[in-house]
Amino acid sequence: MIMQDIIIIGSGVIGSAVARELAKYQAKVLVLEKESDVACGATKANSGIVHAGYDPEPGSLKAKYNVLGNRMFDELSKELEFPFKRNGALVVAFDEDSEKVLERLLARGRTNGVEDLRIISGDEARRMVPGLSQEVTKALYAPTSGIASPYEMAVAFAENAAENGVKFRMLAEVAKLERSENGIKVYLADGEELEAKIVINCAGVFADELNNQISERKFTIVPRKGQYFLLDKVYAEYTSLTLFQTPTAMGKGVLITPATHGNIIVGPNAQDIEDKRDLSSTVEGLNEVWEKAKRTIPGLNKRAVITNFSGIRAHSLGDDFIIGFSDVPGFYNVAGIESPGLTAAPAIAVDVAKEVASALKLKPKADFKPYRKAIPHFAAMSEEEKAAIIKENPLYGKIVCRCEVVPEGEIREAIRRPLAARDLDGLKRRTRVGMGRCQGGFCLPRLMEILSEELNLDYTEITKFGRNSKVVVGRVKE
Amino acid sequence: MTERRLVIIGGGPAGLSAALAAYEAGERDILILERDEALGGILNQCIHNGFGLHIFKEELTGPEYAERFIREVADRGIEYKLKTMVLTISHDRVVTYVNQTEGYQKIRAGAIVLACGCRERPRGAINIAGTRPAGIFTAGTAQRLVNIEGYLPGREIVILGSGDIGLIMARRMTFEGAKVKAVVELMPYSSGLNRNIVQCLQDYDIPLLFSHTVIEIKGRERVEGVVIAEVDENLRPKPETAREISCDTLLLSVGLIPENELARNAEVELSPVTGGAVVDENLMTSVPGIFAAGNVLHVHDLVDYVSEESAHAARSAVKYLQGADSKAEKEVLRTGKGVRYVVPQLLNRDENYEPITFRMRVDNVYRQVRLVLKVDGETVLAKKKQIMTPGEMESLEAASEIVRKLKAGKQIVFELEEENA
Repeated sequence: MIMQDIIIIGSGVIGSAVARELAKYQAKVLVLEKESDVACGATKANSGIVHAGYDPEPGSLKAKYNVLGNRMFDELSKELEFPFKRNGALVVAFDEDSEKVLERLLARGRTNGVEDLRIISGDEARRMVPGLSQEVTKALYAPTSGIASPYEMAVAFAENAAENGVKFRMLAEVAKLERSENGIKVYLADGEELEAKIVINCAGVFADELNNQISERKFTIVPRKGQYFLLDKVYAEYTSLTLFQTPTAMGKGVLITPATHGNIIVGPNAQDIEDKRDLSSTVEGLNEVWEKAKRTIPGLNKRAVITNFSGIRAHSLGDDFIIGFSDVPGFYNVAGIESPGLTAAPAIAVDVAKEVASALKLKPKADFKPYRKAIPHFAAMSEEEKAAIIKENPLYGKIVCRCEVVPEGEIREAIRRPLAARDLDGLKRRTRVGMGRCQGGFCLPRLMEILSEELNLDYTEITKFGRNSKVVVGRVKE
Repeated sequence: MTERRLVIIGGGPAGLSAALAAYEAGERDILILERDEALGGILNQCIHNGFGLHIFKEELTGPEYAERFIREVADRGIEYKLKTMVLTISHDRVVTYVNQTEGYQKIRAGAIVLACGCRERPRGAINIAGTRPAGIFTAGTAQRLVNIEGYLPGREIVILGSGDIGLIMARRMTFEGAKVKAVVELMPYSSGLNRNIVQCLQDYDIPLLFSHTVIEIKGRERVEGVVIAEVDENLRPKPETAREISCDTLLLSVGLIPENELARNAEVELSPVTGGAVVDENLMTSVPGIFAAGNVLHVHDLVDYVSEESAHAARSAVKYLQGADSKAEKEVLRTGKGVRYVVPQLLNRDENYEPITFRMRVDNVYRQVRLVLKVDGETVLAKKKQIMTPGEMESLEAASEIVRKLKAGKQIVFELEEENA
């Protein structure tokens, strides 16, 4: 058994960001992920908002890392080539009560150090978003708010970490943690024993279970479910800004926002649930989201809906992020990272890595490669770029996914990279294949063929997202 | 940029028939662009028979039907490109496409026939709640997996929707040893052909539950069951009727949508009812020189009609290339009681009195009714039927003398009348 310097448990956007920061040091770092791919928990299903920072309580970790994180996105998204856009946000008010909330948010934002916030009239807001409800009386305008693709961001962090020597193991579920002489022993569900000087708990909604089996300082993470609709790109005209209603005790409320690839996202509601793996959507929940959203844009059309999904927030009962070494030597928590967690991730990762590196007295890596090239996305290219890339690789001229215009070259690239896609959902997150209006109806057989060739798998071994999520059950009768 | 006279987008039944008809009409500069690896379109995976009864007076399988057209296209030396994806068409008929051998290309077309077919509505479009496991397929995807790839999507099946592909797949999966536990239809009637209900469900004792829907999908990694419920007259599920059926697969046959992303791109006016272009009797869209036919125009029940319609569009396109371009005012055809839509939607007030085939669908099940075409209140054409259903496309053929009346009249209406009226 090789002693690791650091084991990171969980490869959502937090675990991946921490891995990438730690890759800047000379250390043996291993990431353990229980699912078949990175970004399979809260990261794969959330609003993708890079929040401005007017919402969190001043003085909280949420406020600190939100504002710091937000400022890192311009440079980071260029370094790592993940989709990010500073599109601006409006928080809309419908009456005097909610106008007062806007005033509070404005004051809070200024205390937190958010720049360029201002309150505008309902008419000014409607000039920015023509479909906005006539009932909107005022709005808080936050130009520094942005949107990012959360799973592409996590993939980018993880790929860059891997390129710089961090090891990743998928389908490696941690069953037990134990103090050891030199650090912490980590037992996997299949019985394998690993050991590290420091274990960083980035296990999302499961972070409390890991912490509570080793630490005396217990905490509780409540899975808080949110349901969403994804709308066809044809309806992108609904809004170019992120539209919030005023926040409630349960969160930032139902929003309507463009996503980085041009679809509109509507959601989420907020419901505390028992089962951390319960990603089902419900009729009631979806109806609630739709009705609330229509208050912001009354003209929303159900025909625009491509799909619905739900995500789980890792809500800490303490209502703030839990970041730092625990009472157990070598056990470090990065837990309770709910909204604005995506925004905060890059800034959290910097501090975590510094603290861990200093505890282990790690030296910086001289040859750290900060740049990561994204898979070239054909659909986003200019005519000249399209012509050029097909000349270079003719498989870019063979379109597999019609709706999102994804060529075979792009799909094969996603399987050949470090941290390759190994199943259909992995391909979808990396290339958008099957994410369009037909939801993979036409391209599924072609994707199976490509996965089968590249990974030397029988069709019956191909899954949607690992384990038993098999696509077909056997051969037809001969 | 190269120049071509007639570009046909799609090499399925619509595109093939259009190409042949254009050739027969004397056009020699024809190019078919097909995104798949072979001509024939969706027919290639429809290995059941029942195709061609109308045109060839015999029962063919899908591939056999396609083959008759493909052979003729080859015999006439009509040019086609496979594995070629059209990315955009513009208002002024510039077509951009990509493929492996030529890369990124542009063509300026004299005329375009849109023959790109339709796609299936996915789960998201009908918003079923529940989990998102493996094991949910549209019926057409399952058909391709079984018939082309040779793999079985599942062993215990529930089918939502009674569209024709769903019905065909109920029988196909049964042949393969799977158990089809139920076909669940939201409406009180089927959207499929009656012959398919008899031959694919009744003959195999597969229950068809009308006025029912799937309200929840269960299972974390693979489908483990679905919850179904009866719906009320407003199509809202009645919670007290909910029950779970265990299954490992849910097939969806909940409707087809014309693939009109290219048309939208060229600013072609689309009908919110059919999902296809708004066309005149020449099957020309709102953009001069761009024609549409087959399932991209409106979803058909029989391929024979797709072939006929596409041939007509192609003949019109050839006339357009020869200089015919009706600048006449266009009259909007109206639909009255019981008629959901009619194609074409527009009629040119010109002096072309060639016969016209009007195709339409009714909006419910009707018994003992007459489908009538009225000009300013006078019935000029009628068709009696024992039963009309939304699943079967109806048509009325207007001969020259009727077309003459239509073009002279003011208000043209298609509607249903009770038989004794």
